Amino acid sequence: MMPEEPKTSKRVDEATNTETMGHEWDGIEELNTPLPRWWLYTFYACIAFAIGYAVVYPSVPLLKGGTEGTAGWTSRGALAKEMDAEKAERAPILAALAATPIEDLPGKPELMRQAVAGGRAAFKVNCVQCHGAGAAGSIGYPNLNDDDWLWGGSLTEIQQTLTHGIRYPGDDQTRMSLMPSFGHDKILTPAQVQDAASYVRSLSGLEPKGAAAQRGSAIFATNCVACHGPEGKGGRQFGAPNLTDRIWLYGGSREQVVGSITNAHAGVMPAWSQRLDPVTIKMLAAYVHSLGGGEAFAPPAPDPAPAAPAAAAK
Amino acid sequence: MSSETKQPFAWHGTLERNVTILAICAFIAVIFGGLIEIVPLFYIDNTIEKVKGMRPYTPLEQAGRDIYVREGCYLCHSQMIRPFRDETERYGHYSLAAESMYDHPFQWGSERTGPDLARVGGKYSDAWHVQHLSAPRSVVPESIMPNYSFLANTELKAGEGGSMKGELKALKLAGVPYTQEDIDKADDDLKAQANGDGTDLAKRYPKAQARDFDGKPDKITEMDALVAYLQVLGTMVDVESAAAQEQLAQEKGR
Repeated sequence: MMPEEPKTSKRVDEATNTETMGHEWDGIEELNTPLPRWWLYTFYACIAFAIGYAVVYPSVPLLKGGTEGTAGWTSRGALAKEMDAEKAERAPILAALAATPIEDLPGKPELMRQAVAGGRAAFKVNCVQCHGAGAAGSIGYPNLNDDDWLWGGSLTEIQQTLTHGIRYPGDDQTRMSLMPSFGHDKILTPAQVQDAASYVRSLSGLEPKGAAAQRGSAIFATNCVACHGPEGKGGRQFGAPNLTDRIWLYGGSREQVVGSITNAHAGVMPAWSQRLDPVTIKMLAAYVHSLGGGEAFAPPAPDPAPAAPAAAAK
Repeated sequence: MSSETKQPFAWHGTLERNVTILAICAFIAVIFGGLIEIVPLFYIDNTIEKVKGMRPYTPLEQAGRDIYVREGCYLCHSQMIRPFRDETERYGHYSLAAESMYDHPFQWGSERTGPDLARVGGKYSDAWHVQHLSAPRSVVPESIMPNYSFLANTELKAGEGGSMKGELKALKLAGVPYTQEDIDKADDDLKAQANGDGTDLAKRYPKAQARDFDGKPDKITEMDALVAYLQVLGTMVDVESAAAQEQLAQEKGR
């Protein structure tokens, strides 16, 4: 090891015709190969570019804020510009949708088509987590493709459900009902719960109408008909499911039905008006309605009596 | 003797041969980088902006946050919505620096195997969170998230020795403005929030949501805490309010 620069003189290497650095250790010398020109000039160009970049774009931190750059670019401003352009493009459709009451949508097929497309996009962001990518739902989350509706399947009813949610805290108009936990709250004995489950399952033919179902029938008549109806066909006023079909929100096996009677479920859907604008909700309603189970509008409520004949005459 | 012509950058040879000088010069170079890149973040307006609505986490939310950190949720979930159209349309308004001002350590993350959670609060129901955490594939068939069903059965032992007081005190030292009353009442606050008694809580923690989060009213589980934390994420600041939007529109230099 040499402590100081070896005192050999520079020479030109014969094989490469390149000058050496001038030092030598144990016969090993180092060539002083210059940087390739293209590399060197690219390097200088990068430095020049960086200086220009720092002037045009925000870069150097100062005492209070950073330099703002001569181009006035901000990441948030760039986003706002992009969103505004997008908004301007959609504005006519959204304005038309906003001006159209949902009742009139079916009469405007072109607008309906756009509403369904917009609803599909919004569904992917907001709804698939519970209702599934194909809107087929899962245990606890309703299938939106079938024509079995808890709270109603017309455009207006779907819009109402979307806007105010189901059992959603903090919304006065949320759809509300609460099935008692018959077992947990000791309204029924465990044996009675078993009998009631037998009867409920027998309604859709999952169990034969045996002695247990007979006993359950009496329990059903005193405890369940208020919401589920005398025939167990459910009622939309309370979002009470139809028990005679084989569509089960919380499962139809014996354990699941017993479980549902013992500890009642109270599924929650958010009130989307708190997160989404009315037009998006309208588009979502149109999309969900289009999935296959959409129903026609319910007949007008009977109370505005004078309006009904006028509509009929029209 | 070597040639008398002066080599350009000859001093570089000295630098390379003397380890002390090299270390000192390398240190100066690193200090310079730190001064330029890190120090300004502590004082320039962009990064210390004050935003209305931010409050410290309640003890229950903080306990849920500890579980979030313990389970390594940040390894797959970020909490940082960047100002890009694709992100804001999916996750909501982009994150503001102030929204993680009481996070120690912050949970921005750098990996998005799962979705960003910066604004997940209020997006799903409690029941959904409980079911999804217990069995992710029962609600999202394509999910690769592990099952965290044990959270629902594990009684919450928050903080050190079952008390959140020490943790709140430590956070106060780190700059989170908990009052002495907050610290004294930490454990009562935690129970009150999980039992749905939010009147006293809401005085000190505005808009705190108090309810039974996991659907098991008889005990406070880790699920309660984690869901409480998830439900508050991104909900404190009203970013869509007119005043906030106006302020953002006038920003320069970021």
